[in-house]
Amino acid sequence: MTIQTSKADKATIVQALNWALDDAMAADDQVIVFGEEVADPEGGGLMKVTQGLSTKYGSRVRSTPISEMAFTGAAVGAAITGMRPVIEIMLMNFLAVCMDPITNHAAKLRFMSGGQTSVPMVIRTMTGSGFQTGGQHSDFLEAWFCHTPGIKVVMPSNAADAYGLMLGAIRDPDPVLFVEHLLSYWTPGEPPERGKAIALGKARIARPGRDVTLIGYSRSMMDLPVVAQKLAGDGIDCEIVDLRTVSPLDMDTILGSVRKTGRVVIVHEAVKSFGVGAEVASRIYESLFRELKAPIARVASKDAPVPFAKHLEAAFLYSHAEIEAAVRGTLL
Amino acid sequence: MNAAPDSRTLLAIYRKMSAIKHNDERFISTMLAGRLSMPYYSARGQECIPAAISVLLRDDDYLVTIYRGVHDMIAKGVPPRLIWAEFAGRSTGTCKGKGGPMHVTHPESGCMVTTGIVGAGMPIGCGLALSAQLRGDGRVTVTNFGDGASNIGAFHESMNLASVWKLPLVFVCQNNRYAEHTALATGTSIERIADRAASYGMPGLHVDGNDPLAVYAAAQEAIERARSGGGPTLIEAMTFRFNGHLIGDSGDYIPKPEYAAAVAADPYPRYRRWLADNGHANAGELDAIDAAIKAEVDAAMQFAFDSPLTDVAEVTRDVFADHAA
Repeated sequence: MTIQTSKADKATIVQALNWALDDAMAADDQVIVFGEEVADPEGGGLMKVTQGLSTKYGSRVRSTPISEMAFTGAAVGAAITGMRPVIEIMLMNFLAVCMDPITNHAAKLRFMSGGQTSVPMVIRTMTGSGFQTGGQHSDFLEAWFCHTPGIKVVMPSNAADAYGLMLGAIRDPDPVLFVEHLLSYWTPGEPPERGKAIALGKARIARPGRDVTLIGYSRSMMDLPVVAQKLAGDGIDCEIVDLRTVSPLDMDTILGSVRKTGRVVIVHEAVKSFGVGAEVASRIYESLFRELKAPIARVASKDAPVPFAKHLEAAFLYSHAEIEAAVRGTLL
Repeated sequence: MNAAPDSRTLLAIYRKMSAIKHNDERFISTMLAGRLSMPYYSARGQECIPAAISVLLRDDDYLVTIYRGVHDMIAKGVPPRLIWAEFAGRSTGTCKGKGGPMHVTHPESGCMVTTGIVGAGMPIGCGLALSAQLRGDGRVTVTNFGDGASNIGAFHESMNLASVWKLPLVFVCQNNRYAEHTALATGTSIERIADRAASYGMPGLHVDGNDPLAVYAAAQEAIERARSGGGPTLIEAMTFRFNGHLIGDSGDYIPKPEYAAAVAADPYPRYRRWLADNGHANAGELDAIDAAIKAEVDAAMQFAFDSPLTDVAEVTRDVFADHAA
């Protein structure tokens, strides 16, 4: 089975990423893909994102042993020779066993070599609560990497962005962590424009509005439009900013929105403390403190490991009611 | 079959050993004189290993080395004047003074990565070798590490991956018998690290790392296997480092008789005697090589100290390709 590539009104993120990898591999023979089970005999990846690629591109697509340290380091080595590896770390928590090649090497070799080498690799990974996978299979750890100079962090929320950002990430001259949300893979969305990359570091206004700026990325972009729609019924007009690239932040777009609304709510699935929301809030305060009409609110998961039981897992994650209350709080 | 090295090759090995020894001695004396400030992990005592390996390598073969790696760099062909400038924090250094002794990179000579993290070079070596395999460019990767690194997961994962993918890679374990201050037997479950190769279905060669002919023969076998598509090899080369873990190390953890025996087996004078005894060069010819090397060290050091310090604006450059601060 190959993933549907005919013209369609809608596309899923799985399709979009598969197309992006296929298009990138067809355009550039230095693009290679490896990771656990990514080749077709092993199933084409946990979520089938790489399905069909090994059949089409042969040894440029390889399933690896369960050795994240070795194959992530191997991606670093291939990248410094000018290849463009795209590797799959099956789940985001598994990044913990290959932090060294990412943070000590991929992120630093351009700097430590005085600009002589670069590491144009993409690390695809996926995560998300809602599947009762507990404390070691559903964390959002993006802040670890945002806190490491030298690596970019991309977290798309829909098919069109996933395609364009993947092409952008592969073409980017620096390492990119590309975080996919398990819950959003099969949600139909606008289809991508094939062959067109989206530059990293550019946020998108997902909904224009006057009263409050809602800032999110990844999973929260499934929730913010729902809450905004509800609040619109009460005459509260929310603007939604999808960060898309979490590091580097697109402060121009963020500040442009906040200048207009003067009110901010930041929503992410990662735990609240020391998270992306804290950095975004700090930067807004540094630039626009006097223009704010209310304190910035953060809505995020509880500061705890992800629990297993369904009701506990639901209680761990933020709720639409919390987002709504936070928005109303900025209007008091 | 493998050929023994001719006189020209034997003297090339000697020249590299002499360059390693004399640069090392000058680094230390310059540090002690207060003119160089750096964490320096001397490889004095280990010079034979990279000298004998690198005469078998092409300029475009890839090298990965570690914080104790200046001998590997010099042997592979990184110009000492650029190393000196790097150590002195000058704009003319290999990495503009932003890498330092633990992170020298010089792609023109194949020195792709120097890591300060024990074991971290081996996964990267797998990737360099994967690139060569996919491109079919015939390049071989040599990844160096110490005995201590054979106990970290990266070693085992990399050996397995390299074997599964038949990568053109040579793992060189420079066994100097101490992992920082920990003796080999205290931290390693096996007497011969080369025996670990069997677990990964690859040949493991155990050699006297202070004997250029033994290292040369092992390297020749391993490099030929890698270049001909036969996959990786683990070479364990037994040696010793004379100046402790890093300069300033008192060496109290090394039993005095062991240290004395190691110094008595110093590969440099031993190889000089062997070359003379076997008619490859007389003492005068070897002295002439040393004198030329010392003059090169003088010039390299002068080049470094004549170069400008790296501009502080470099602190935020090279973080990303588009380095807007």
